[in-house]
Amino acid sequence: MNTSGGEITVHDKHVDYSGAKMGMWLFLFTELIFFGGMFLLYAVYRSSFPEEFYSTSAELHRTIGAVNTVVLITSSLTMACSITAVKKGDTRLSALFQLLTILFALTFLVVKYFEWEAKIGHGIYPGSEALTAQGQGKIIFYSLYFVMTGIHGVHVLAGIAVISVTMAMTLKNRINKGDYIRLENTGLYWHFVDIIWVYLFPLLYLIG
Amino acid sequence: MNSGQPAEAPQSFYYNTGKYRGVLSWVLSTDHKRIGILYLLSVGAFFLTGVTLGLLMRLELIAPGKTVVNASTYDSLFTLHGIIMIFFFIIPGIPASLGNFFLPLMIGARDVAFPRLNLLSWWFYIVAGFLALATVVMPGGPPDVGWTFYPPYSIRTTTSVSLAAFAAFVVGFSSILTGLNFITTIHRLRAPGMGWLRMPLFPWALYATSWVQVLATPVLAITVLLLILERSFGVGFFDPVKGGDPLMFQHLFWIYSHPAVYIMILPAMGIISEVIPVFSRKAVFGYKAIVISTMAIGVVGYLVWGHHMFTTGMSEEAQLVFSLITFIVAVPSGIKVFNWVSTMYRGSIVMAPPMLFSLAFIFLFSIGGLTGLVNASVAANVHIHDTYFIVAHFHYVMFGGTGFAFFAGLHYWFPKMFGRIYNVRAALIACVVMFIGFNLLYFPLFILGWNGMPRRYYDYLPLYQPLNVLSTIGSWVLAAGILVVVINLVRGAFRGDPAGSNPWDGTTLEWQVPTPPPAENFDVIPEITHGPYHREGKAQ
Amino acid sequence: MTQEKETATHTVSYRANLFVWLALLILTAVTVMVAGIDLGRQGILVNLLIASVKAGLIVFIFMHMKYESPLLKLMLLMTLGTLTVIIMMTFLDTLYR
Ligand code: HEM
Repeated sequence: MNTSGGEITVHDKHVDYSGAKMGMWLFLFTELIFFGGMFLLYAVYRSSFPEEFYSTSAELHRTIGAVNTVVLITSSLTMACSITAVKKGDTRLSALFQLLTILFALTFLVVKYFEWEAKIGHGIYPGSEALTAQGQGKIIFYSLYFVMTGIHGVHVLAGIAVISVTMAMTLKNRINKGDYIRLENTGLYWHFVDIIWVYLFPLLYLIG
Repeated sequence: MNSGQPAEAPQSFYYNTGKYRGVLSWVLSTDHKRIGILYLLSVGAFFLTGVTLGLLMRLELIAPGKTVVNASTYDSLFTLHGIIMIFFFIIPGIPASLGNFFLPLMIGARDVAFPRLNLLSWWFYIVAGFLALATVVMPGGPPDVGWTFYPPYSIRTTTSVSLAAFAAFVVGFSSILTGLNFITTIHRLRAPGMGWLRMPLFPWALYATSWVQVLATPVLAITVLLLILERSFGVGFFDPVKGGDPLMFQHLFWIYSHPAVYIMILPAMGIISEVIPVFSRKAVFGYKAIVISTMAIGVVGYLVWGHHMFTTGMSEEAQLVFSLITFIVAVPSGIKVFNWVSTMYRGSIVMAPPMLFSLAFIFLFSIGGLTGLVNASVAANVHIHDTYFIVAHFHYVMFGGTGFAFFAGLHYWFPKMFGRIYNVRAALIACVVMFIGFNLLYFPLFILGWNGMPRRYYDYLPLYQPLNVLSTIGSWVLAAGILVVVINLVRGAFRGDPAGSNPWDGTTLEWQVPTPPPAENFDVIPEITHGPYHREGKAQ
Repeated sequence: MTQEKETATHTVSYRANLFVWLALLILTAVTVMVAGIDLGRQGILVNLLIASVKAGLIVFIFMHMKYESPLLKLMLLMTLGTLTVIIMMTFLDTLYR
């Protein structure tokens, strides 16, 4: 241990399953509070502009929102299944489920992209002239819409990146029946992203 | 840096460079002790930078009118001073440097739970530090909005507010990583037999602090992020023209920043709770009361942010509740002061530098805390809001409190960290000089504020001059004290006499390992059989 | 290393996953339908309630919270409590201003 230049290895190799999970949950708590700040703004501004929120929400495309909800929920299913698979020792199946998750996530983003595109095409985006000309409640609603879905979208993107890594690791058998905490933690993150959307969907699309 | 290696203890972590050599063996190390020292050096550098800016401001204020800097430079000075002192000195100060080094040692662990995240946290800190300093050379010039970033001005000004806000965002990540690392470490890695009530008080304080870091810092992250989006895309959340509410920014900002003052003070209280029993040669009085009040401060401290907004036109109901809770949060702090004093009662007090700094802490923190109660009552607050009374109050709490506790901790653990001891006489003298300078610098500000001198101006009415001169002279005395401390410690690290493994006769675990500690801390993880301040049966 | 309980490593079956998924789909359909009928101010409350049931399902089954230690459950509760209190205390200002 005290050979000079010797590597400090003991604690790096030391894998504490419960500790790793606790760390991940703590991280999710910070994410929750982070989004919580936006939900707080939403709540306060909705109570100041109830009518405008009501009418502006109706301008969003409800069906598209619903479709995206189904897509994301399904991606949560495939993510959960990939963990079930790896725990049962079937790493190939697990990797396949992860691939499906990534595909659903991409679908979500593509749909989101077209949705934004349509709004922006109509000149509606934060700071745009068309929007600034509208009433205050409308400006705030659309700002919330773009910021909340935007930051959520960034989280989806990050999820895709992380799941790609775990998928590669699963294929190389570095995530396996005996050591799957990284996949499990990735799953936790992914489900969290799903939960945020579960709230965003009614708050943005369904209050009209 | 390597010459800091003491002659003895070849198994010390200074010799265990890991797989890298030279500087890389530090900046890429995952050893909590090396990261702790990295943090110590970087936090110290930022502290000295901040002090320099503070001295400049005081120099400007030696006479009314323009003395050395003009109005807009002064605005940048207090902004940078505030940002540096808050985000880069006082928040990470104790937990990330001393906490990193000593938390694992004190609970009998080989390292923190996530050593690599620990290193990442330091890197975030450094990157954020450079971003903050980079604002000085940016086209727009350094920010001039105060460390609080209040809109609407912060939306409109053309100075590099976005970059400074982004720096706060990044350093927030660093803080969060430290917090979640410590919580997991304390839950998972305590030595066998160390039940919760056998844990020393500094780890307890870090535990409470870490929770506040984890649950409050994300609010800062989203707040400054929204500010950046506001500036770049005009989203309008805080812009009254677009229906936004600037007060919502203040709410969000203080939802983080008030708990943040407990991130600053809790670890400081933890240090004092370690130092006082050791130098009174007694077990701490009311261990459980200190633990409970630590947690209580963490919880209640979360609920008082509104007292920063009494004069903004917030609802009277809110004023009432926030004022009441603010009074309540003073109770657990008072309990602690009581415990420390009772610990000293009939103890055989050894007046070593850590003890002297701790006594200074109790005195200065009490002034800071009691004037906080003046601020907490709404009526008085209206009178002193945004005056130098507030400036004096928070310097007493943050600098007189946390700053002095940081020095107490540094002088206490220094021998363990570096294997050598500084000149004790010089340290004692420096402490006295700092104490005198501190009071000369800040006490007049209470009077000035009470008489109506507003903060954040480079100018003032001539009638305020005498006390301002006194204050500026105090700043030089204080600076001299700080200088002696720095020289003494740096000299001590390289040339001081070798310190034994337990120079202060401490009872907690970190004193039972060799000095400086070996890379793995403990050859054999100790089995804990009694409380942390147990004296008679000191087995090891 | 400590006295604390290790997390259970329970495996959630494919069937359970599938059931949760079906429940989530049905709840999504319900929430859209509820939005169709005009409930006025109560509409958003019903929608939030449904969203919370969905979130609960995800947390408990997909995220295995059901099988985790009481400690982790307590931590989650604490975080949710913190968020609730922050929101409520902010409304103390904005609602009565
Ligand atoms: C020698 C040491 C120091 C000196 C001379 C000094 C001096 C000052 C002065 C003159 C101001 C500006 C008052 C105004 O115009 O409103 C100020 C503001 C401030 N100081 Fe210090 N200070 C020192 C140390 C510290 C320390 C250690 C901390 C924190 C731990 C700190 C935190 C702050 C903060 C947060 C502000 C408010 C900035 C703002 O208004 O945005 N200072 N200080």
